[in-house]
Amino acid sequence: MLLLATAKDVLPVLGLLVIFQTLVLKKAIARPGRIIFGFCCVLLGMACFLGGLDLALFPIGRSMALQLTERAQNDGLVTWTAYGWIYLFAFLVGFSTTIAEPSLIAVAHKAHEASRQAISAWGLRIAVAIGVAVGIAMGTFRIVTGTPLYFYIMVGYVVVIIQTAFAPKMIIPLAYDSGGVTTSTVTVPLVAALGLGLASNVPGRSPVMDGFGLIAFASLFPIISVLGYAQLVQWIVRRRKH
Amino acid sequence: MGRAILSASRDLAPIITVIGLFQILVLRQPFPELLSILAGLGLVIIGLALFVVGLDIGLFPLGESLAEEFARKGSLIWLLVFAFALGTGTTVAEPALIAVTREGARAAAEAGLIENASHAIDRFAIGVRLTVALSVGFAIVLGVMRILRGWSLPILIVSGYLLVMLMTVFAPKEIVGLAYDSGGVTTSTVTVPLVTALGVGLARTIRGRDPLTDGFGLIALASLTPMIFVLLFGLIVL
Repeated sequence: MLLLATAKDVLPVLGLLVIFQTLVLKKAIARPGRIIFGFCCVLLGMACFLGGLDLALFPIGRSMALQLTERAQNDGLVTWTAYGWIYLFAFLVGFSTTIAEPSLIAVAHKAHEASRQAISAWGLRIAVAIGVAVGIAMGTFRIVTGTPLYFYIMVGYVVVIIQTAFAPKMIIPLAYDSGGVTTSTVTVPLVAALGLGLASNVPGRSPVMDGFGLIAFASLFPIISVLGYAQLVQWIVRRRKH
Repeated sequence: MGRAILSASRDLAPIITVIGLFQILVLRQPFPELLSILAGLGLVIIGLALFVVGLDIGLFPLGESLAEEFARKGSLIWLLVFAFALGTGTTVAEPALIAVTREGARAAAEAGLIENASHAIDRFAIGVRLTVALSVGFAIVLGVMRILRGWSLPILIVSGYLLVMLMTVFAPKEIVGLAYDSGGVTTSTVTVPLVTALGVGLARTIRGRDPLTDGFGLIALASLTPMIFVLLFGLIVL
Protein backbone atom coordinates (compact mmCIF):
# COMPACT_ATOMS: atom_id res chain seq x y z
CA MET A 1 0.00 0.00 0.00
CA LEU A 2 2.66 2.45 1.09
CA LEU A 3 4.91 1.38 -1.73
CA LEU A 4 2.07 2.26 -4.08
CA ALA A 5 1.56 5.67 -2.46
CA THR A 6 5.28 6.43 -2.70
CA ALA A 7 5.37 5.23 -6.28
CA LYS A 8 2.62 7.76 -7.03
CA ASP A 9 4.97 10.46 -5.70
CA VAL A 10 8.02 9.29 -7.60
CA LEU A 11 6.48 8.21 -10.91
CA PRO A 12 5.58 11.69 -12.25
CA VAL A 13 9.17 12.81 -11.67
CA LEU A 14 10.50 9.67 -13.31
CA GLY A 15 8.11 10.07 -16.26
CA LEU A 16 9.20 13.66 -16.75
CA LEU A 17 12.87 12.66 -16.72
CA VAL A 18 12.33 9.83 -19.19
CA ILE A 19 10.35 12.07 -21.58
CA PHE A 20 13.02 14.76 -21.63
CA GLN A 21 15.83 12.25 -21.87
CA THR A 22 14.38 10.47 -24.89
CA LEU A 23 12.54 13.24 -26.76
CA VAL A 24 14.63 16.33 -26.09
CA LEU A 25 18.12 15.24 -25.18
CA LYS A 26 17.86 12.17 -27.45
CA LYS A 27 20.56 10.41 -25.59
CA ALA A 28 20.61 7.27 -23.46
CA ILE A 29 21.56 7.84 -19.82
CA ALA A 30 24.97 6.64 -18.78
CA ARG A 31 24.80 3.40 -16.76
CA PRO A 32 20.98 3.08 -16.82
CA GLY A 33 20.94 -0.10 -14.73
CA ARG A 34 22.69 1.57 -11.84
CA ILE A 35 20.43 4.62 -11.93
CA ILE A 36 17.27 2.52 -12.08
CA PHE A 37 18.57 0.48 -9.16
CA GLY A 38 19.19 3.74 -7.28
CA PHE A 39 15.65 4.92 -8.01
CA CYS A 40 14.28 1.62 -6.70
CA CYS A 41 16.35 2.07 -3.52
CA VAL A 42 14.89 5.56 -3.03
CA LEU A 43 11.35 4.28 -3.65
CA LEU A 44 11.68 1.30 -1.32
CA GLY A 45 13.54 3.37 1.26
CA MET A 46 10.86 6.07 1.34
CA ALA A 47 8.11 3.45 1.68
CA CYS A 48 9.88 1.71 4.59
CA PHE A 49 10.72 5.06 6.20
CA LEU A 50 7.16 6.42 6.07
CA GLY A 51 5.60 3.08 7.01
CA GLY A 52 7.93 2.74 9.97
CA LEU A 53 7.25 6.30 11.14
CA ASP A 54 3.51 5.62 11.01
CA LEU A 55 4.00 2.47 13.04
CA ALA A 56 6.49 3.66 15.62
CA LEU A 57 6.84 7.41 16.05
CA PHE A 58 3.86 9.33 14.73
CA PRO A 59 1.02 7.82 16.86
CA ILE A 60 2.97 8.21 20.08
CA GLY A 61 4.33 11.64 19.14
CA ARG A 62 0.88 12.92 18.20
CA SER A 63 -0.80 11.65 21.37
CA MET A 64 2.10 13.11 23.34
CA ALA A 65 1.58 16.55 21.79
CA LEU A 66 -2.14 16.38 22.59
CA GLN A 67 -1.62 15.16 26.16
CA LEU A 68 0.94 17.84 26.91
CA THR A 69 -1.32 20.60 25.61
CA GLU A 70 -4.33 19.20 27.50
CA ARG A 71 -2.36 19.06 30.72
CA ALA A 72 -1.38 22.67 30.40
CA GLN A 73 -5.04 23.56 30.19
CA ASN A 74 -6.06 21.37 33.13
CA ASP A 75 -3.50 23.00 35.38
CA GLY A 76 -5.68 26.06 35.09
CA LEU A 77 -2.75 28.42 34.84
CA VAL A 78 -3.15 31.17 32.29
CA THR A 79 0.33 32.70 32.34
CA TRP A 80 2.58 31.77 29.47
CA THR A 81 5.23 30.32 31.83
CA ALA A 82 2.87 27.47 32.69
CA TYR A 83 3.67 25.91 29.33
CA GLY A 84 7.32 25.12 30.15
CA TRP A 85 7.13 21.45 29.20
CA ILE A 86 5.49 22.32 25.90
CA TYR A 87 8.26 24.75 24.94
CA LEU A 88 10.87 22.15 25.88
CA PHE A 89 9.02 19.47 23.89
CA ALA A 90 8.69 21.81 20.90
CA PHE A 91 12.41 22.63 21.00
CA LEU A 92 13.52 19.00 21.30
CA VAL A 93 11.08 17.69 18.68
CA GLY A 94 12.15 20.45 16.27
CA PHE A 95 15.82 19.58 16.75
CA SER A 96 15.55 15.81 16.62
CA THR A 97 13.12 15.54 13.69
CA THR A 98 15.34 17.86 11.64
CA ILE A 99 18.37 15.64 12.23
CA ALA A 100 16.33 12.72 10.83
CA GLU A 101 15.00 14.69 7.81
CA PRO A 102 16.06 12.94 4.55
CA SER A 103 16.02 16.09 2.34
CA LEU A 104 18.39 17.86 4.72
CA ILE A 105 20.73 14.85 4.67
CA ALA A 106 20.76 15.14 0.87
CA VAL A 107 21.47 18.89 0.79
CA ALA A 108 24.17 18.68 3.48
CA HIS A 109 25.82 15.86 1.55
CA LYS A 110 25.82 17.94 -1.64
CA ALA A 111 27.09 21.05 0.16
CA HIS A 112 29.98 19.08 1.62
CA GLU A 113 30.91 17.88 -1.86
CA ALA A 114 30.37 21.22 -3.67
CA SER A 115 32.44 23.16 -1.12
CA ARG A 116 35.34 20.71 -1.61
CA GLN A 117 34.93 19.47 1.97
CA ALA A 118 35.11 23.01 3.43
CA ILE A 119 31.57 22.76 4.87
CA SER A 120 31.00 19.91 7.28
CA ALA A 121 27.74 18.06 6.65
CA TRP A 122 27.19 17.51 10.38
CA GLY A 123 27.95 21.10 11.31
CA LEU A 124 25.41 22.31 8.76
CA ARG A 125 22.75 19.85 9.90
CA ILE A 126 23.21 20.77 13.55
CA ALA A 127 23.03 24.50 12.73
CA VAL A 128 19.80 23.94 10.80
CA ALA A 129 18.35 21.75 13.55
CA ILE A 130 19.04 24.41 16.19
CA GLY A 131 17.29 26.95 13.97
CA VAL A 132 14.22 24.73 13.59
CA ALA A 133 14.21 24.00 17.34
CA VAL A 134 14.23 27.70 18.25
CA GLY A 135 11.68 28.39 15.51
CA ILE A 136 9.18 25.78 16.70
CA ALA A 137 9.60 26.84 20.34
CA MET A 138 8.99 30.49 19.36
CA GLY A 139 6.02 29.39 17.26
CA THR A 140 4.38 27.62 20.20
CA PHE A 141 5.08 30.68 22.34
CA ARG A 142 3.29 32.76 19.72
CA ILE A 143 0.24 30.49 19.77
CA VAL A 144 0.13 30.61 23.58
CA THR A 145 0.47 34.38 23.80
CA GLY A 146 -1.67 35.04 20.73
CA THR A 147 0.68 37.65 19.27
CA PRO A 148 0.35 38.20 15.50
CA LEU A 149 2.34 35.95 13.16
CA TYR A 150 3.42 38.64 10.72
CA PHE A 151 5.20 40.54 13.50
CA TYR A 152 7.63 37.66 14.14
CA ILE A 153 8.12 36.92 10.45
CA MET A 154 8.88 40.56 9.61
CA VAL A 155 11.43 40.87 12.43
CA GLY A 156 12.96 37.59 11.22
CA TYR A 157 13.25 38.93 7.66
CA VAL A 158 14.94 42.11 8.88
CA VAL A 159 17.47 40.00 10.82
CA VAL A 160 18.14 37.85 7.71
CA ILE A 161 18.62 40.95 5.54
CA ILE A 162 21.13 42.45 8.02
CA GLN A 163 22.98 39.14 8.35
CA THR A 164 23.16 38.80 4.56
CA ALA A 165 25.19 42.01 4.42
CA PHE A 166 27.83 40.69 6.84
CA ALA A 167 27.94 36.90 6.43
CA PRO A 168 30.58 35.16 4.25
CA LYS A 169 29.41 35.21 0.60
CA MET A 170 29.85 31.48 0.03
CA ILE A 171 27.34 30.44 2.68
CA ILE A 172 24.44 32.70 1.66
CA PRO A 173 22.75 30.56 -1.05
CA LEU A 174 23.09 27.45 1.09
CA ALA A 175 21.64 29.23 4.13
CA TYR A 176 18.61 30.39 2.11
CA ASP A 177 18.13 26.85 0.82
CA SER A 178 18.24 25.31 4.28
CA GLY A 179 15.04 27.16 5.15
CA GLY A 180 13.08 25.23 2.54
CA VAL A 181 14.38 21.73 3.12
CA THR A 182 13.75 21.45 6.82
CA THR A 183 10.05 20.90 6.79
CA SER A 184 8.99 17.69 5.15
CA THR A 185 8.29 14.06 5.96
CA VAL A 186 9.33 13.83 9.61
CA THR A 187 8.86 17.34 10.94
CA VAL A 188 5.50 18.40 9.51
CA PRO A 189 3.21 15.68 10.96
CA LEU A 190 4.55 16.04 14.51
CA VAL A 191 4.73 19.81 14.44
CA ALA A 192 1.24 20.13 12.94
CA ALA A 193 -0.14 17.95 15.75
CA LEU A 194 1.53 20.19 18.31
CA GLY A 195 0.17 23.38 16.73
CA LEU A 196 -3.33 21.99 16.39
CA GLY A 197 -3.34 20.63 19.97
CA LEU A 198 -2.16 23.94 21.37
CA ALA A 199 -4.56 26.06 19.37
CA SER A 200 -7.56 23.95 20.41
CA ASN A 201 -6.59 23.79 24.11
CA VAL A 202 -5.32 27.28 24.89
CA PRO A 203 -8.31 29.41 25.88
CA GLY A 204 -9.19 32.02 23.27
CA ARG A 205 -7.35 30.41 20.33
CA SER A 206 -9.05 28.89 17.32
CA PRO A 207 -7.38 25.92 15.63
CA VAL A 208 -8.12 27.21 12.13
CA MET A 209 -6.71 30.69 12.72
CA ASP A 210 -3.81 30.02 15.11
CA GLY A 211 -2.78 26.51 14.10
CA PHE A 212 -0.97 27.96 11.10
CA GLY A 213 2.45 29.48 11.17
CA LEU A 214 4.61 26.85 12.83
CA ILE A 215 5.94 25.72 9.45
CA ALA A 216 6.73 29.33 8.56
CA PHE A 217 8.77 29.63 11.76
CA ALA A 218 10.59 26.38 10.97
CA SER A 219 11.51 27.69 7.50
CA LEU A 220 12.72 31.12 8.65
CA PHE A 221 14.86 30.41 11.70
CA PRO A 222 17.29 27.92 10.07
CA ILE A 223 18.35 30.72 7.67
CA ILE A 224 19.29 32.86 10.68
CA SER A 225 21.08 30.02 12.46
CA VAL A 226 23.08 28.89 9.41
CA LEU A 227 24.16 32.47 8.63
CA GLY A 228 25.00 32.88 12.32
CA TYR A 229 27.01 29.66 12.34
CA ALA A 230 29.05 30.85 9.32
CA GLN A 231 29.60 34.26 10.96
CA LEU A 232 30.79 32.56 14.14
CA VAL A 233 33.25 30.37 12.24
CA GLN A 234 34.52 33.41 10.32
CA TRP A 235 34.97 35.36 13.54
CA ILE A 236 36.91 32.51 15.21
CA VAL A 237 39.19 32.13 12.18
CA ARG A 238 39.90 35.87 12.12
CA ARG A 239 40.67 35.95 15.83
CA ARG A 240 43.14 33.11 15.49
CA LYS A 241 45.01 34.97 12.75
CA HIS A 242 45.58 38.03 14.93
CA MET B 1 24.98 -0.86 3.26
CA GLY B 2 26.30 -1.64 6.74
CA ARG B 3 27.72 1.86 7.03
CA ALA B 4 24.47 3.37 5.74
CA ILE B 5 22.47 1.51 8.42
CA LEU B 6 24.89 2.70 11.09
CA SER B 7 24.60 6.34 10.07
CA ALA B 8 20.81 6.03 9.72
CA SER B 9 20.65 4.78 13.32
CA ARG B 10 22.73 7.76 14.39
CA ASP B 11 20.40 10.14 12.52
CA LEU B 12 17.35 8.68 14.22
CA ALA B 13 18.79 8.37 17.73
CA PRO B 14 17.79 11.93 18.81
CA ILE B 15 14.09 11.64 17.92
CA ILE B 16 13.84 8.18 19.50
CA THR B 17 15.49 9.50 22.68
CA VAL B 18 13.22 12.57 22.87
CA ILE B 19 9.98 10.60 22.44
CA GLY B 20 11.16 7.87 24.82
CA LEU B 21 12.24 10.27 27.58
CA PHE B 22 9.05 12.32 27.40
CA GLN B 23 6.89 9.20 27.54
CA ILE B 24 8.71 7.83 30.60
CA LEU B 25 9.75 10.94 32.56
CA VAL B 26 7.11 13.57 31.82
CA LEU B 27 3.94 11.67 30.98
CA ARG B 28 5.01 8.65 33.10
CA GLN B 29 3.33 6.13 30.85
CA PRO B 30 4.44 2.75 29.53
CA PHE B 31 4.76 2.23 25.78
CA PRO B 32 1.64 0.77 24.16
CA GLU B 33 2.37 -2.10 21.78
CA LEU B 34 6.12 -2.15 22.28
CA LEU B 35 6.59 -4.86 19.67
CA SER B 36 5.05 -2.92 16.79
CA ILE B 37 7.05 0.16 17.83
CA LEU B 38 10.30 -1.79 17.67
CA ALA B 39 9.35 -3.26 14.28
CA GLY B 40 8.51 0.25 13.06
CA LEU B 41 11.86 1.62 14.23
CA GLY B 42 13.66 -1.16 12.37
CA LEU B 43 11.75 -0.25 9.21
CA VAL B 44 12.54 3.47 9.63
CA ILE B 45 16.28 2.79 9.96
CA ILE B 46 16.39 0.43 6.96
CA GLY B 47 14.29 2.88 4.94
CA LEU B 48 16.56 5.85 5.64
CA ALA B 49 19.67 3.80 4.84
CA LEU B 50 18.16 2.65 1.51
CA PHE B 51 17.16 6.23 0.68
CA VAL B 52 20.68 7.55 1.24
CA VAL B 53 22.22 4.75 -0.84
CA GLY B 54 19.69 5.39 -3.64
CA LEU B 55 20.49 9.09 -3.49
CA ASP B 56 24.16 8.45 -4.16
CA ILE B 57 23.74 6.04 -7.03
CA GLY B 58 20.41 7.22 -8.49
CA LEU B 59 19.08 10.73 -7.89
CA PHE B 60 22.32 12.70 -7.63
CA PRO B 61 24.06 11.27 -10.74
CA LEU B 62 20.82 11.61 -12.73
CA GLY B 63 20.32 15.25 -11.78
CA GLU B 64 23.92 16.13 -12.57
CA SER B 65 24.02 14.28 -15.90
CA LEU B 66 20.77 15.98 -16.96
CA ALA B 67 22.26 19.38 -16.13
CA GLU B 68 25.41 18.58 -18.07
CA GLU B 69 23.54 17.40 -21.14
CA PHE B 70 21.24 20.41 -21.18
CA ALA B 71 24.26 22.69 -20.90
CA ARG B 72 26.07 20.85 -23.69
CA LYS B 73 23.03 20.90 -25.97
CA GLY B 74 22.82 24.64 -25.43
CA SER B 75 19.05 24.87 -25.87
CA LEU B 76 17.87 27.47 -23.39
CA ILE B 77 14.16 27.08 -24.20
CA TRP B 78 14.10 23.34 -23.51
CA LEU B 79 16.06 23.78 -20.29
CA LEU B 80 13.54 26.35 -19.07
CA VAL B 81 10.58 24.17 -20.14
CA PHE B 82 12.13 21.31 -18.22
CA ALA B 83 12.71 23.53 -15.17
CA PHE B 84 9.09 24.72 -15.20
CA ALA B 85 7.70 21.19 -15.65
CA LEU B 86 9.88 19.84 -12.86
CA GLY B 87 8.81 22.56 -10.42
CA THR B 88 5.11 22.51 -11.26
CA GLY B 89 4.76 18.77 -11.80
CA THR B 90 6.36 17.71 -8.54
CA THR B 91 4.47 20.28 -6.46
CA VAL B 92 0.90 19.94 -7.67
CA ALA B 93 0.39 16.47 -6.16
CA GLU B 94 2.46 17.05 -3.00
CA PRO B 95 0.48 15.53 -0.06
CA ALA B 96 1.65 18.14 2.47
CA LEU B 97 0.48 20.93 0.15
CA ILE B 98 -2.92 19.29 -0.35
CA ALA B 99 -3.36 19.05 3.44
CA VAL B 100 -2.31 22.65 4.10
CA THR B 101 -4.49 24.17 1.36
CA ARG B 102 -7.52 22.20 2.57
CA GLU B 103 -7.01 23.52 6.12
CA GLY B 104 -6.48 27.01 4.77
CA ALA B 105 -9.68 26.92 2.72
CA ARG B 106 -11.60 25.80 5.79
CA ALA B 107 -10.11 28.66 7.81
CA ALA B 108 -11.05 31.14 5.07
CA ALA B 109 -14.62 29.82 5.01
CA GLU B 110 -14.92 30.07 8.77
CA ALA B 111 -13.68 33.64 8.67
CA GLY B 112 -16.38 34.41 6.12
CA LEU B 113 -14.03 35.27 3.28
CA ILE B 114 -15.54 32.68 0.98
CA GLU B 115 -18.89 30.96 1.05
CA ASN B 116 -19.05 28.26 3.75
CA ALA B 117 -20.12 25.49 1.38
CA SER B 118 -18.11 22.46 0.32
CA HIS B 119 -17.92 23.39 -3.38
CA ALA B 120 -16.64 26.89 -2.59
CA ILE B 121 -14.08 25.47 -0.15
CA ASP B 122 -12.89 22.90 -2.69
CA ARG B 123 -12.59 25.50 -5.40
CA PHE B 124 -10.59 27.79 -3.16
CA ALA B 125 -8.27 24.94 -2.04
CA ILE B 126 -7.59 23.90 -5.64
CA GLY B 127 -7.03 27.50 -6.63
CA VAL B 128 -4.38 27.96 -3.95
CA ARG B 129 -2.80 24.61 -4.83
CA LEU B 130 -2.48 25.49 -8.54
CA THR B 131 -1.15 28.93 -7.60
CA VAL B 132 1.55 27.33 -5.46
CA ALA B 133 2.45 24.78 -8.17
CA LEU B 134 2.79 27.52 -10.82
CA SER B 135 4.87 29.62 -8.46
CA VAL B 136 7.31 26.76 -7.86
CA GLY B 137 7.64 26.23 -11.62
CA PHE B 138 8.33 29.94 -12.00
CA ALA B 139 10.87 29.77 -9.15
CA ILE B 140 12.89 26.95 -10.75
CA VAL B 141 12.89 28.82 -14.10
CA LEU B 142 14.07 32.00 -12.36
CA GLY B 143 16.71 30.05 -10.42
CA VAL B 144 18.06 28.37 -13.56
CA MET B 145 18.21 31.77 -15.33
CA ARG B 146 20.10 33.11 -12.34
CA ILE B 147 22.71 30.34 -12.59
CA LEU B 148 23.10 30.89 -16.34
CA ARG B 149 23.33 34.68 -16.17
CA GLY B 150 25.08 34.95 -12.81
CA TRP B 151 22.46 37.19 -11.17
CA SER B 152 22.90 37.91 -7.48
CA LEU B 153 20.81 35.65 -5.25
CA PRO B 154 20.74 37.96 -2.19
CA ILE B 155 19.23 40.75 -4.31
CA LEU B 156 16.50 38.42 -5.63
CA ILE B 157 15.72 37.00 -2.18
CA VAL B 158 15.83 40.28 -0.28
CA SER B 159 13.58 42.04 -2.79
CA GLY B 160 11.26 39.03 -2.57
CA TYR B 161 11.14 39.44 1.21
CA LEU B 162 10.40 43.15 0.88
CA LEU B 163 7.57 42.30 -1.52
CA VAL B 164 6.16 39.75 0.96
CA MET B 165 6.31 42.32 3.77
CA LEU B 166 4.59 44.94 1.64
CA MET B 167 1.86 42.53 0.49
CA THR B 168 1.28 41.30 4.05
CA VAL B 169 0.11 44.80 4.94
CA PHE B 170 -2.54 44.82 2.21
CA ALA B 171 -3.61 41.16 2.00
CA PRO B 172 -6.60 39.84 3.98
CA LYS B 173 -5.36 38.78 7.42
CA GLU B 174 -6.82 35.28 7.09
CA ILE B 175 -4.69 34.31 4.12
CA VAL B 176 -1.36 35.48 5.56
CA GLY B 177 -0.81 32.37 7.72
CA LEU B 178 -1.66 30.06 4.81
CA ALA B 179 0.63 31.98 2.46
CA TYR B 180 3.58 31.82 4.87
CA ASP B 181 3.12 28.10 5.47
CA SER B 182 2.73 27.22 1.80
CA GLY B 183 6.34 28.28 1.23
CA GLY B 184 7.61 25.58 3.52
CA VAL B 185 5.61 22.60 2.32
CA THR B 186 6.35 22.70 -1.39
CA THR B 187 9.65 20.88 -1.58
CA SER B 188 9.36 17.11 -1.23
CA THR B 189 11.96 14.52 -0.40
CA VAL B 190 12.41 13.40 -4.00
CA THR B 191 12.40 16.91 -5.50
CA VAL B 192 15.01 18.43 -3.18
CA PRO B 193 17.91 16.11 -4.12
CA LEU B 194 17.05 16.30 -7.85
CA VAL B 195 16.75 20.09 -7.91
CA THR B 196 19.90 20.52 -5.83
CA ALA B 197 21.86 18.19 -8.11
CA LEU B 198 20.51 20.05 -11.15
CA GLY B 199 21.66 23.41 -9.80
CA VAL B 200 25.07 22.23 -8.70
CA GLY B 201 25.52 20.33 -11.99
CA LEU B 202 24.65 23.43 -14.05
CA ALA B 203 26.97 25.65 -12.04
CA ARG B 204 29.76 23.12 -12.41
CA THR B 205 29.35 22.80 -16.20
CA ILE B 206 29.10 26.50 -17.02
CA ARG B 207 32.42 28.32 -17.04
CA GLY B 208 32.84 31.05 -14.45
CA ARG B 209 30.23 29.64 -12.05
CA ASP B 210 31.03 28.16 -8.67
CA PRO B 211 29.03 25.07 -7.57
CA LEU B 212 28.68 26.38 -4.02
CA THR B 213 27.79 30.05 -4.52
CA ASP B 214 25.85 29.62 -7.80
CA GLY B 215 24.57 26.04 -7.59
CA PHE B 216 22.48 26.45 -4.46
CA GLY B 217 19.49 28.77 -4.16
CA LEU B 218 16.84 26.95 -6.23
CA ILE B 219 15.10 25.61 -3.12
CA ALA B 220 15.20 29.06 -1.53
CA LEU B 221 13.39 30.58 -4.51
CA ALA B 222 10.90 27.69 -4.49
CA SER B 223 10.06 28.50 -0.86
CA LEU B 224 9.77 32.25 -1.44
CA THR B 225 7.64 32.56 -4.58
CA PRO B 226 4.66 30.57 -3.21
CA MET B 227 4.27 33.21 -0.47
CA ILE B 228 4.20 36.03 -3.03
CA PHE B 229 1.84 34.19 -5.39
CA VAL B 230 -0.58 33.09 -2.64
CA LEU B 231 -0.71 36.62 -1.18
CA LEU B 232 -1.38 37.88 -4.70
CA PHE B 233 -4.08 35.23 -5.12
CA GLY B 234 -5.63 36.44 -1.86
CA LEU B 235 -5.54 40.07 -3.00
CA ILE B 236 -7.21 39.29 -6.32
CA VAL B 237 -9.78 36.65 -5.33
CA LEU B 238 -10.87 37.73 -1.84
